[in-house]
Amino acid sequence: MSLSAAGTPLLTAQSLGLVRGGRELFCELSVEVHGGQLWHIEGPNGAGKTSLLRILCGLSRYGFEGEVLRSVTPLYLGHQPAVKALLSPRENLQWHVSGEGLYRDERIDIALGRVGLCGYEDVPSHTLSAGQHRRVNLARLFLSSARLWLLDEPFTAIDQQGVNETQSLLASHVDGGGAVVMTSHQSLQVKCKVHTLSLRHGVIA
Amino acid sequence: MSAPHTGQFCVLLLRRQLLLAMRRPIDIANPLLFFTMVIVLFPLGLGPAPDKLASFAPGVLWITALLSNLLTSDAVFRSDFDDGSLEQLILAPQPLFLSALAYISAHWLTTGLLLALLSPVFALMLNLPGSALITLVVSLLLGTAVLSLLGGIGAALTVGLKRGGMLISLLILPLYMPVLIFGSAAVQAAVTGAPSGPYLAILGAMLSLAIALAPLAIAAGLRISIDA
Repeated sequence: MSLSAAGTPLLTAQSLGLVRGGRELFCELSVEVHGGQLWHIEGPNGAGKTSLLRILCGLSRYGFEGEVLRSVTPLYLGHQPAVKALLSPRENLQWHVSGEGLYRDERIDIALGRVGLCGYEDVPSHTLSAGQHRRVNLARLFLSSARLWLLDEPFTAIDQQGVNETQSLLASHVDGGGAVVMTSHQSLQVKCKVHTLSLRHGVIA
Repeated sequence: MSAPHTGQFCVLLLRRQLLLAMRRPIDIANPLLFFTMVIVLFPLGLGPAPDKLASFAPGVLWITALLSNLLTSDAVFRSDFDDGSLEQLILAPQPLFLSALAYISAHWLTTGLLLALLSPVFALMLNLPGSALITLVVSLLLGTAVLSLLGGIGAALTVGLKRGGMLISLLILPLYMPVLIFGSAAVQAAVTGAPSGPYLAILGAMLSLAIALAPLAIAAGLRISIDA
């Protein structure tokens, strides 16, 4: 656990434990996420990474032990891209159900340009590929003012260049005092320090 | 960038849902087509004697409206559940029960409202006396709103299930019954010349109760469905 980050943690998890289908996925798991930290949750398939993230963001409220305290509203990007096929990428961001903010067109254009969807702003999303759907979702990272990001496999279906760009975005968010908790099967190539939470061995830090 | 106010957010959700419905006009047309088909079939099955049809008309119109509402209530949260939007909605800082109310309002505007406005046409096909038409429209306006709210509870509870269609019927049909009883009784009263006001007042009371309580139940149902 990092002692360098001062102040109240953005997210505190105390002795979390989860049993699924008779198997104990994790127990006595405690973690404090401060601003300026990037946490990488790793583990094999079925290790409970997504379950842990859903507990941390507040979607799962019962069926686990322990306690989660959030001092800020996190931005959570899950497995599903939450992109409506009938809406254009611009409309998807403008009318997003996360209720995070009302964005002006220019900001949305910039965000979509950053994720490589320049020229796709107003086409129906059902004409876009799966990777482009995920990119529309990732554009929310450029729009959001949330300090804490909880990302579940953000690199799925994203090409190599997109992965590199997303990783540098994560690094700059962390540099700016934000915090990221993410799951990924890829190793992270970022400039900042990565705190690793392995669901096989407990906290390595 | 501050989060939109609750009111702003509800309007945004309402507009979003209406736009989505507009982009899939077949979903709006489906319950109306169903309504039309059943109403057209009744004279064929019961015989076209105008007197006979007129005596059945209030019940037939109301039962058909109820079933066509049941047909669509399953879909209120379905696509949002499938593409992950529902998770985002639940995590939104705005109160979920008001968001749910916005969803249900959009559902009612695209189903119940249209059905109530079109019902006089079908009522004339069944030879319902003209004096009962206004009562029919008002009772359907009030009643379908209650049905949409109740259907939303069932939809929220079954959205996590792959085939919730049958279960939703079992869950909410008992709740639909009082609406059907008072709705068709209002029209029946208007046909016989008795005052229909008391029945409409009871439907209005049901609507007030449903608006107050159903969004809370829907919000709780959605949280349970997402949690499971």
